[in-house]
Amino acid sequence: MVTSITSFGRSGLYDWMMQRVTALVLLAYTIFMIGYLLMNPELDYNQWKELFSGTVMRIFTLLAVLSMVAHAWIGMWSVSTDYIKATGARFLFQSACGLLAFIYVVWGIQILWGI
Amino acid sequence: MLYVLSMSLESQAGFDRAAEMLQESFLAKLIAWGLVSALLYHFFAGIKHLIMDLGHCEELDSGRLAAKVTLVIAGIAILLAGVWIW
Repeated sequence: MVTSITSFGRSGLYDWMMQRVTALVLLAYTIFMIGYLLMNPELDYNQWKELFSGTVMRIFTLLAVLSMVAHAWIGMWSVSTDYIKATGARFLFQSACGLLAFIYVVWGIQILWGI
Repeated sequence: MLYVLSMSLESQAGFDRAAEMLQESFLAKLIAWGLVSALLYHFFAGIKHLIMDLGHCEELDSGRLAAKVTLVIAGIAILLAGVWIW
């Protein structure tokens, strides 16, 4: 139970629910993206830029990025608490995951609002 | 993936560079296919997981069948993704 301090929501049930909610968001985003790319084989820069300039698309994309990060955190936390027994190594691994997650969020926001 | 997205949205030249990289470079295609393969398998295994959360296929026989179906669907999707990329 000691390790629950690093879990995403401090509660197994909450993490369980978040993992499924974020999974559905990612499912929707993946299907949308594959559909869009399949329907626009001759995609050009202006069309691509316009797609990501809309507020709805930016919200959807940021939601997907945040979902991806939360989903990855819960997943990596589960794997590391199962398989990395040494506290120091586990802490290091989880810190690296947390840093990467933070970088992805900032980078994602910068890409979306930088265009 | 973020790197390619960032490059493709940066400017017309960046978009051309990203598109060229994914059309000309074998290594870029291989990396893209590798990432997409892992994501596709995770995608279908996740859907199977959600179906099991709803209470289906939880017995030994149906569970094994669902696992095999997941593997086959993921395999087909990965092959199709390879065709799409190349």
